[in-house]
Amino acid sequence: SSSCTFLNVTFLYCDENVCVCVQTTIMAVEFDGGVVMGADSRTTTGAYIANRVTDKLTPIHERIFCCRSGSAADTQAIADAVTYQLGFHSIELDEAPLVQTAASLFRDMCYRYREELMAGIIVAGWDRRRGGQVYTVPVGGMMTRQPVSVGGSGSSYIYGFVDSNYKPAMSKEECLKFTAEALTLAMERDGSSGGVVRLAVISEQGVERQVILGNQLPKFSTV
Amino acid sequence: MALSYVLEPAVSGFNFENSTRNIVLENGSEEGKIKAPKPMKTGTTIAGVVYKVTRISKLDNLATSDEVVADKMCAKIHYIAPNIYCCGAGTAADTEKTTDMLSSNLTIFSMNSGRNPRVVMAVNILQDMLFRYRGMIGAHLILGGVDCTGSHLYTVGPYGSIDKVPYLAMGSGKLPAMGILEDRFKGNMDLEEAKALVSDAIHAGIMSDLGSGNNIDLCVITKEGVDYIRPHRESIYNYKRQAKYKYKPGTTPVLTKTVNQLELELVHETVQMMETAGSS
Repeated sequence: SSSCTFLNVTFLYCDENVCVCVQTTIMAVEFDGGVVMGADSRTTTGAYIANRVTDKLTPIHERIFCCRSGSAADTQAIADAVTYQLGFHSIELDEAPLVQTAASLFRDMCYRYREELMAGIIVAGWDRRRGGQVYTVPVGGMMTRQPVSVGGSGSSYIYGFVDSNYKPAMSKEECLKFTAEALTLAMERDGSSGGVVRLAVISEQGVERQVILGNQLPKFSTV
Repeated sequence: MALSYVLEPAVSGFNFENSTRNIVLENGSEEGKIKAPKPMKTGTTIAGVVYKVTRISKLDNLATSDEVVADKMCAKIHYIAPNIYCCGAGTAADTEKTTDMLSSNLTIFSMNSGRNPRVVMAVNILQDMLFRYRGMIGAHLILGGVDCTGSHLYTVGPYGSIDKVPYLAMGSGKLPAMGILEDRFKGNMDLEEAKALVSDAIHAGIMSDLGSGNNIDLCVITKEGVDYIRPHRESIYNYKRQAKYKYKPGTTPVLTKTVNQLELELVHETVQMMETAGSS
């Protein structure tokens, strides 16, 4: 049977049914007043690109989004379940939910079913208590808050770029530029990432989404 | 949680009762061994396109079982609701049964709520079911339809992943079909253009893929209604059987006849009395 590699984890699937993977590059950055989230747009089934314009930034609540990486089916199902649970919780509370609550719900599901699932998720959003927050829930079900987080198969190529170029207290525009550049670099080097760059800015004012098409991506000298 | 479209709540977890039954049948005692029939696969090309307001789905007609063509005129566009149709690639039985179940559930929903089903609802039901079975149901489906919110085209994978797209091809012939679609698809095409495009895409699949073949079926769904054109384009290879293959009994001469008597002994005898007296 053939195998499919995601980050440093290898999992085997039956030859007949090729699993649809969201091998990808996803990223989220906190700034004062909100978060910037970004993702590429490629979904692969083996070597075939099943969808070249995927939207991996999934809304969970009004001001909480998640970036999905790993198995497309698993992450869609988890996101649906968490959206339901968070919506119910928010109605019960009669208040907007906290980003930490959403991240905990993801973590609970990813940890409880860690043997069956292949999902790496970055949860990001804005709430009134703590402002913009980014939580990462990688494969295995850990949860931790980080000011900047990258994930997916393409993230390995940009840890250096992110570590050297991230500065605390960047403005919204700087964060957008930083995210777009990081994703572009990852897409250039990672075969499982590509297509367009989808960005979302979440703040007290709401959500702004944008798409950077292939020919409008930032250019670097060696690529 | 009660759902508005099913009479009984879904059993949680996986239901593999049939698998255990199959294992018992296959590993029975020496005389009782039964070989399970091989699943019939639809090596296939299916494609769908959103044009202007509506959608077209197209299929070729072949169903294969290994290398043998099992059904030359199989219908791969399945009815889900008056405004929703579904093309299925993958294991033929799975696509048939899944779409049948979906269609029944949506009819129950319509009766319970008095609404026409929406495409997104059909997609969600499929996704729930296929995810629950972890890819064991080999159904690669393209769902298309027009409802009160507009026209939509979705693809559902066997593991339960969905994608919403303006044009798509699935099946073993998807690579050549996708090439044609990528080259000539434009937003806001008109009907004839879209029909020609999808027809050519399926034709490319038929020519370049051994698992696809024969005629091309077309299904155009609009707000006004559905036009199910079967066949839209017939295969240029029209086979006419050269001779009749039915022979009269006695055509083959019998050369020798050997009879082996089986030594049977009565081991156990039970008598069960039937209740023949009239009941009160």
